[in-house]
Amino acid sequence: MAGTAVRGRLTWQVATVASAWQETASVRTIEFDIPDWAGHQAGQHVDIRLTADDGYVAERSYSIASAPGEPLQLTVERLEDGEVSPYLTDELRAGDEIEIRGPIGGYFVWDGDEAGPPLLLVAGGSGVVPFRSMLRHRARIGSNVPVRLLYSARSLPDVIYRTELDMPGDSAEVVYTLTRQQPPGWIGHSGRVDAALLAEVAWPGDHMPLAYVCGPTAFVEIVAGELVSLGYPPDRVKTERYGGVGAP
Amino acid sequence: MSPISRGFHGRRRASDVDASRVPPGQYVTTDFPVLSAGPTPHTPLENWTFSIKQGGQTAKSWSWQEIRDLPSEDVTADIHCVTKWSKLDTRWRAVSLDTLLAQVEREARYVLAFCDGGYTTNLPLADVTGGRAWLAYGYDGVPLQAEHGGPARLLVPHLYFWKSAKWVRGLELLTADEPGFWERYGYHNYGDPWREQRYAGD
Repeated sequence: MAGTAVRGRLTWQVATVASAWQETASVRTIEFDIPDWAGHQAGQHVDIRLTADDGYVAERSYSIASAPGEPLQLTVERLEDGEVSPYLTDELRAGDEIEIRGPIGGYFVWDGDEAGPPLLLVAGGSGVVPFRSMLRHRARIGSNVPVRLLYSARSLPDVIYRTELDMPGDSAEVVYTLTRQQPPGWIGHSGRVDAALLAEVAWPGDHMPLAYVCGPTAFVEIVAGELVSLGYPPDRVKTERYGGVGAP
Repeated sequence: MSPISRGFHGRRRASDVDASRVPPGQYVTTDFPVLSAGPTPHTPLENWTFSIKQGGQTAKSWSWQEIRDLPSEDVTADIHCVTKWSKLDTRWRAVSLDTLLAQVEREARYVLAFCDGGYTTNLPLADVTGGRAWLAYGYDGVPLQAEHGGPARLLVPHLYFWKSAKWVRGLELLTADEPGFWERYGYHNYGDPWREQRYAGD
């Protein structure tokens, strides 16, 4: 496991909200303007810091949604009992300033290696966010690395980035499974990701694929375990769990 | 000087949380989030050993039963994850690393913990001796679950929790410090939550 170059000190930078838009009823993407942003790799995350007028501070980590070379975008899911996410999804607006530092994490990343192995991306809910960065990066650099995204969402309206993921002309394969509710006439997959669905969708283990799995803990535990059962070497299955997005 | 986040008030810490127990930038959770870089390994206990290595040699190795036969203690500790959550008063059943390290002759100043799945993390020897670090195999009165690092993990609660390596299989004693897995990916080499040493350079 070779490490990546160790960066210099990560300092807090003031980030100004450039724009924001709803992705789903509970999910919002926010684009920031950061004058000295040093860039990032697909799959990395950032820390954000909010400061109340009495000096109270809250910090959280969020995955980066935009591709390397694009302005920093974060996609945030509103958690009902959350302290920070409802502020980001409901209150924050263009021109507001928050603090950000990063990028962070050098393991759950895809560097766009053209000679690299086929990619299997398995997302549960808002676990799709780092994969959106990877897919956009792949499209921007014109990579032909085969990629399949298996995306588990509660219902079709809960699918984040749906227009973008369904965009024709991109050779990425996107397979949805809807766990709670399917629209009339739905011919896609239904129910949770399990061994049978993975066996159908995942590249065979002997193609030496590289798998990334991101989602809630129970989802990641099941998917990562099943991929190992399908013959994926454990060190070819990179995971990121939330309830604490980001590594470690 | 941090800019004020317009309209952010935050949820004040619950009155039953002692703020002096929460390091800077952390929030208290009652959940037990799981964070790891890869699939959860499941090593059968009959194949499990815990080893102390030195100079490329195994200086001492214990089977699962031999570890369980060593004196253990109940440890109650606050734990702090670098991803911002802290959990107070966690209860563990564990063997002190002092007990294990006392059984080897050593000249080391550092240790590198190694684990199933290839994970490593480095610590100064001084931080894993003196009653500050344990090999934990019980959590909250039951065997430690695999997703939380079972059958056994390190417990070094005074440092960020990535130093409390899950699925640990031993310690390599070193005279020179050697960064572990997350330490090579830009996380802080030491990881003191009270000095908010999250990333390299903090």
